[in-house]
Amino acid sequence: MGVLAKAALTDLEDAFAALNDTPSFDWVRPPETGLVMVQGRAGGTGQPFNVGEATVTRCTLRTDSGETGVGYVQGRSKRHAELAALFDALLQSPKLSARLQTDVVERLAGLHERRRAAASRKVKATQVDFFTMVRGEDPKA
Amino acid sequence: MTALQNVGAGFADPVFSAQSVFRLVLDAMAQSGRIAAVPDAASAPAGLDVASTAVALTLFDYETPLWLDPALRGVEAETYLRFHCGCPLVEDTQTAAFGLVTAPRYMPRLGEFSIGSDQYPDTSATLVIQTGGLADEGPIRLTGPGIKDSASVAIDGLPDWFWPDWDVNHGCFPTGIDLIFTSGNRVMCLPRSIKVEV
Amino acid sequence: MYVAVKGGEKAIANAHKLLDEQRRGDPNIDEVEVDQIREQLSLAVARVMAEGSLYDPDLAALAVKQSQGDLVEAIFLVRAYRTTLARFATSQPIDTARIDIKRRISAAYKDLPGGQLLGPTFDYTHRLLDMALAEGRPAHEVEADAAGVDGEMPRVTDILNYEGLIETDEEDPERDPSRDLTRQPLAFPAARDERLQNLARGDEGFLLALGYSTQRGFGGNHPFAGEIRRGTVTVSIVPEELGFAIEIGEIEVTECQMINQFQGSAEMAPVFTRGYGLTFGHNERKAMAMALVDRALRWRELGELPQYPAQDEEFVLYHSDNVEASGFVQHLKLPHYVDFQSELQLIRQLRAEHAGRFGHNDDAQNDNIQAEAAE
Repeated sequence: MGVLAKAALTDLEDAFAALNDTPSFDWVRPPETGLVMVQGRAGGTGQPFNVGEATVTRCTLRTDSGETGVGYVQGRSKRHAELAALFDALLQSPKLSARLQTDVVERLAGLHERRRAAASRKVKATQVDFFTMVRGEDPKA
Repeated sequence: MTALQNVGAGFADPVFSAQSVFRLVLDAMAQSGRIAAVPDAASAPAGLDVASTAVALTLFDYETPLWLDPALRGVEAETYLRFHCGCPLVEDTQTAAFGLVTAPRYMPRLGEFSIGSDQYPDTSATLVIQTGGLADEGPIRLTGPGIKDSASVAIDGLPDWFWPDWDVNHGCFPTGIDLIFTSGNRVMCLPRSIKVEV
Repeated sequence: MYVAVKGGEKAIANAHKLLDEQRRGDPNIDEVEVDQIREQLSLAVARVMAEGSLYDPDLAALAVKQSQGDLVEAIFLVRAYRTTLARFATSQPIDTARIDIKRRISAAYKDLPGGQLLGPTFDYTHRLLDMALAEGRPAHEVEADAAGVDGEMPRVTDILNYEGLIETDEEDPERDPSRDLTRQPLAFPAARDERLQNLARGDEGFLLALGYSTQRGFGGNHPFAGEIRRGTVTVSIVPEELGFAIEIGEIEVTECQMINQFQGSAEMAPVFTRGYGLTFGHNERKAMAMALVDRALRWRELGELPQYPAQDEEFVLYHSDNVEASGFVQHLKLPHYVDFQSELQLIRQLRAEHAGRFGHNDDAQNDNIQAEAAE
């Protein structure tokens, strides 16, 4: 579910378009936008505290084959939540699960990782080694 | 997750249904003793009447810890409330913002729920009590704000200690709990400010 | 006393239309789009998200557009919007040690594991106006290394912990985790989690001035920027109906760990103490100021004396919110005609009594003042 939530909507749409037959479904809970209170920790490791809220959109649907899919996606895209819930349902289907795991989940995770790695290489190019001029240096070093 | 496979539908139109039921409960709270009828807008789970379901869908949410009648725990109604309302269930009556009672004869004493504080009397609990029957004629006489002279009602299936407990609760004003009685599609409210004579 | 005023409906509607014309500016110039604001004024967007207390870059960008760049107004718009939405969940605390790093520096430790990563920063720029930018020059080509940054990014504070030279920050299991200033009113003395929530949504300018004051002698300690890191972290929640944690997305955050020297007290040996800042988005100055103020407010638990303005919890926490502050200051321009009438009457009465007691006659100057005030 994390991979589906973090995927770019365009990539999810591509995966949806690549499905052989688009499943029909009923809404158990149509998409709705609300809030999640995001917590951090004092000092990074201490007492949890509220940093602020983030928008989130959720929905629950049931496919004709009986699988219930849940989507919780940061932001306000109802379509993103719908596609996340739909793939969540399809991934529970014994018939489709293995293939979708490779074709959709792993592929989306790969795309996410590729974007992350590209950004990371640019950051790495800004790594700096500071030299201090004598003062404060350990003379033994 | 498996429990979700069977969860029934909530309000077909969540915004407008919740708004109209909220208005209805608000009016019923302002005019204690008057019985209102909720429209049949959601599929109630087993053990919950139409009115109890509508009130739950309208008032309970993620930020209102719920004390749930043991009769409803571990069954369809619990899954339904968790899913549609997202309300956390609590064992401790003192931390509950709402109580949902379907077996009033075995319910906790009224004093076990939070009555709020003098600074924040609004932090008290509200109990939704599903009863065997509600009628706008009967042996229970209500007086107080929102009632011209007095009102009389009948409420079935309450335990013997109920009205003596209510006297104590009424005496705590401005703190105290508020009650929403339901039966079938009917709703009647009893705010802490109302005096009851039986 | 507040007395309602009526009227002016048409004038108000026309004023709002005029405001909208002002927002659009010269119609011969292209209108700025929300996407452009989100991408090209991203630091304004970040500030609106942090102080609006709502992570949603598109909404924050829309608010910046609608408010014509008045960020405090944009923050107000976002705060108003968030009240229209139901809350579905509280996240699990984000883990800033597991972060897709965009920038990470330490002013205390030069050779820290994982390296000093400048990332996109205004630091070391010459603050010269780039005239070519006015001509619309293309953005610079960006260099990329063959490999990305190290996966391991230990916090500087954790490194110092190995030697026991710095206090630790641990969760207190006794503390009620559900305290939330947007739901429960602030009470004093406030716990650190409440203070941090207040500061995280507090006004950057106010916190900057307070943080600055602690450095300039209105605060008894010398801070080091132990570490500043910025990047993307995953947000996870446990939906009530699922009962297990799921990831819902990622947010960008800025974190600052300030390290302060502490002389020690009867109970505590000398040790470095910490102040913490955490904000949504790219908000480095705010995160640093927040960390300074957080440390100043910790005087009670560290057995210090409260001697400086930044240590005054009620003063700081009650005045940090720019939506409240701007509302109360700006309400003064709304009609107060009846209040002023009564004040006027009182002043006249006092002056009459004063004249009776001290025998002054109203001179010409006083008559003028009264004539003006009566208008």
